[in-house]
Amino acid sequence: MTKKTTHMKIEELKTDIGIIKNLEISIGKIVDDSWVEPEGRTPFPSTVDLREWDFKLLQRYKPFYLPFCDVCCLCTFGKCDLSGDKKGACGLNMAAQQSRIVLLACCIGAATHTAHARHLVDHLIEKYGRNIPLDQGGLTIDIDAPVTCLVCGIKPKTLKDVEEALDWAEEQVTHCLSATHTGQEGGNLDFESKAFHVGMADQVGMEIADLIQISVLDFPKADPEAPLVELGFGVADVKKPTILVIGHNVPSSVGIIDYMTKNKLIGKVEVVGICCTAHDLTRYNPSAKVIGPISWQLKYIRSGLADLIVVDEQCIRADTLEEAQKVKTPVIASSPKNCLNLKNRTNDSAKELVADLVAGKVPGVLILDPDKAGEVAVEAVMAVAPRRNKFSIIADIEEITAAGQACTGCNECIRACPNNQPIPEAMKVAAEGNLKLFAEIFDNCVGCARCESACPKDFPLHSFMVKAGEDKSLSEKFLMRSGRGAIQDVEIRNVGGPIVLGEIPGVVAIVGCANYPDGNKAVAEIVEEFAKRRFIVVLSGCAAMSAAMVKDEEGKTIYEKYPGGFEAGGVLNVGSCVSNPHIAGAAIKIASIFAKRNLRGNYEEIADYIHNRVGAVGLAWGAMSQKAASIAAGFWRLGVPVIVGPHGSKYRRMLLGRADQKEDWYVYDARTGDKVYTGPTPEHLFTTAESKEEAIVLIAKLCMRPNDTTRGRSMKLTHYIDLHKRYYGVMPDDIHLFIRNKMDIPITMKPEIFKILDENDWKEMRIPDPTLLERMVRKRG
Amino acid sequence: MSVKAEPWQTAEIAGPKKALVIMKPEVAAAMMKRAKRPILVVGNLATKADSDTGKMIDYTIRLSKVIDIPVVATAHTVREFVKQGFRQVTQMSAMDIGNRLKDPTWNGLDGKGPYDVALFMGLPYYTEFVILSGLKHFSKNLKTISLDRYYNPHATWSFPNLKVEDWNQSFEIIINNIGGNKRNVNF
Repeated sequence: MTKKTTHMKIEELKTDIGIIKNLEISIGKIVDDSWVEPEGRTPFPSTVDLREWDFKLLQRYKPFYLPFCDVCCLCTFGKCDLSGDKKGACGLNMAAQQSRIVLLACCIGAATHTAHARHLVDHLIEKYGRNIPLDQGGLTIDIDAPVTCLVCGIKPKTLKDVEEALDWAEEQVTHCLSATHTGQEGGNLDFESKAFHVGMADQVGMEIADLIQISVLDFPKADPEAPLVELGFGVADVKKPTILVIGHNVPSSVGIIDYMTKNKLIGKVEVVGICCTAHDLTRYNPSAKVIGPISWQLKYIRSGLADLIVVDEQCIRADTLEEAQKVKTPVIASSPKNCLNLKNRTNDSAKELVADLVAGKVPGVLILDPDKAGEVAVEAVMAVAPRRNKFSIIADIEEITAAGQACTGCNECIRACPNNQPIPEAMKVAAEGNLKLFAEIFDNCVGCARCESACPKDFPLHSFMVKAGEDKSLSEKFLMRSGRGAIQDVEIRNVGGPIVLGEIPGVVAIVGCANYPDGNKAVAEIVEEFAKRRFIVVLSGCAAMSAAMVKDEEGKTIYEKYPGGFEAGGVLNVGSCVSNPHIAGAAIKIASIFAKRNLRGNYEEIADYIHNRVGAVGLAWGAMSQKAASIAAGFWRLGVPVIVGPHGSKYRRMLLGRADQKEDWYVYDARTGDKVYTGPTPEHLFTTAESKEEAIVLIAKLCMRPNDTTRGRSMKLTHYIDLHKRYYGVMPDDIHLFIRNKMDIPITMKPEIFKILDENDWKEMRIPDPTLLERMVRKRG
Repeated sequence: MSVKAEPWQTAEIAGPKKALVIMKPEVAAAMMKRAKRPILVVGNLATKADSDTGKMIDYTIRLSKVIDIPVVATAHTVREFVKQGFRQVTQMSAMDIGNRLKDPTWNGLDGKGPYDVALFMGLPYYTEFVILSGLKHFSKNLKTISLDRYYNPHATWSFPNLKVEDWNQSFEIIINNIGGNKRNVNF
């Protein structure tokens, strides 16, 4: 790749030695070949370079399409009815249309992260220069960007080096998005392959975003002891002026902290955050506080506790400005992607902007200079706070009681509620002044407020819930470990072997948004279940916050109870959404550091290694966004299974294995070339868990890999069977598929399992050196 | 009886091909009796008590006592069946059973051939909605019936949105009707 060139033309240059005229200099990319590792087959892969690998996965994990509706309404040929075996006017059938929607979602997600990375790169280069070295963890890390090394075949060392990879990622997003145009791609499996491809590009974009912010903004560097930070609705000292930041892209929040530091205002103004900006804010300054995940936005804004709101980009409620106006809270928009119809005041003086916000002349301003946004936010909040006096629009009990009495019980609210919460029942009892049921609903509410949009009487139902849960939520304070960033090489060396051999039963990545079916608690319970069992539990994003929101009898959260290292029983918060590639990176580094496989542009071989050997599983319990789709797609291509919560069924396509179809579960034995049956390991690439209990059992099951040693498989089966019995009350009916020889059987369960094996006509199987790639066979049998 | 053939969750619009509404429970009973190879899929919400009524799971057990129908319990629902002493149940995830039902070559839990009618109840509304859609579009000869008390438009047939008492009454009628002229009884 030599796309980046410098071109200089000088018409006349006077120097001490003479005059030079019409000098033109062109410099292509200087190739640093100090990386001795040989290049693999697919550096900077095109959209079709890994298609065969994708098809191998898709042959085993066939799509099960789940259309939202019967029609396609993407172009003016339509709407087209695709029900039955009908095709649209463009010739597309329903399977292809659904995979096209999946690809679209993944493109949106990948574009979002990649654009986030581009914004950070441009901003940081402008502010700090191009030669800032990249550093994820000093001497503890040799491979700073494992995903980029694997996918692109380059090893970025300074800020300017990432541009080449980012250019590539942006190009892939454009190509893949173009494939969704009417009359382009027509095959469902090719749409799926492109979804995998753009998911892989997304991993590169995210990795760059986090790598550069860790390096330049000095976030924790692969630190298992990253500070514990405060989290919860009640963490802010609201006697102080309070700034709420919402979003994902941290420069404007950094601007706030920098201005406060420079002007000795730390401790005088509270800075709190929601969603991933909050994660990254605490990574920049651990004295900042986290209110909670994405679903806390409306609750917190309406509570009136924030005196000023700064939004950047991604996952921000579109009606933030409208809601903020209701509580007289000014808003600063700071991202070109989310301008909220506000006038661009970037070039106005800070003084003028502060005056306008404080006087209420404007509800908000758009400031695209992060440092100026920081200055204006801090100066404005100090003047606004005394005037606002924490003005809130949360209803009082009398208002709620009156509404309850006036409610006709039309059910429009419950029919709009994604979690079918019994709001009409709550209104009935509220009519008697009892808010107990509303308080219960508050715990399960995802904060969408569709209920009140649907209410024909315009009752502010979400505010009723907030009122009912007010006392409890205001007292809520938890501790969460700040995002640590990457995994150290030494950590990989310590656990790579036990993971690959199956002796650490699995790596569970619990990631994603807060679109939960039944409140926050499930995430914390799932984390604890696996940490206790000595799995490695890795968290990021809103899930990492939710995991902190439960305390044990001693008042401790899981981050206080379990170590933050990548080790058996560790509970790691890697950071925000863009920190997810640290999880993929850990799996990649296991192949590189433990197994000495080449990474450089060697995607297929490493994915094959991970799929067959690394017992990693992702769980996105509250996944809702297109970003979650593209993050999952990046893991699918690596062969890592992903489970979503029940709302995730609405992604419209699962990738399911068929345990009952023996022919799907053969691999090559790399030692002999024989085709060997391995059982359904892992059984699915993408599936939905209907309940927390099912998610727990599925995670344990999907950690099994063909390469497990007998000791490792025995341990994995112990967990699977134990959890199955505990949550389902019965033995699993598929144990015989996972036992290859008698050594695999957990010792304490032998009599019970022998009986099952007899009933199923079980025969001993060989443990291969597994690969799906014929070329990896070393010797023909 | 309140009859409203609109999706329970307001925005879950199916498109041109919508479920026929089961206006009379006797019709549902007749369809079950007519089915040659029916199967019942029960989700975890069946284990939760609806207000003013018993658990849905009680109805599924009673139903299976009057009609010979294999029961698939999704997620952790099987635990409640076993607790109640009902063991003729197969645990399988909702997506797995959906995926198998889609496949015309799948010979069923007993290996005797594909099912012709699949009855669903107790899944989260939206999950059942998309699984029924997957089956509507991609299964060849399968008819689906949603027995929840909400209209689920991707089914072949569905109850309308019903009040709890109407839903209870409907189930009593179904069980009585089938019980009066049993296809086959296993107990």
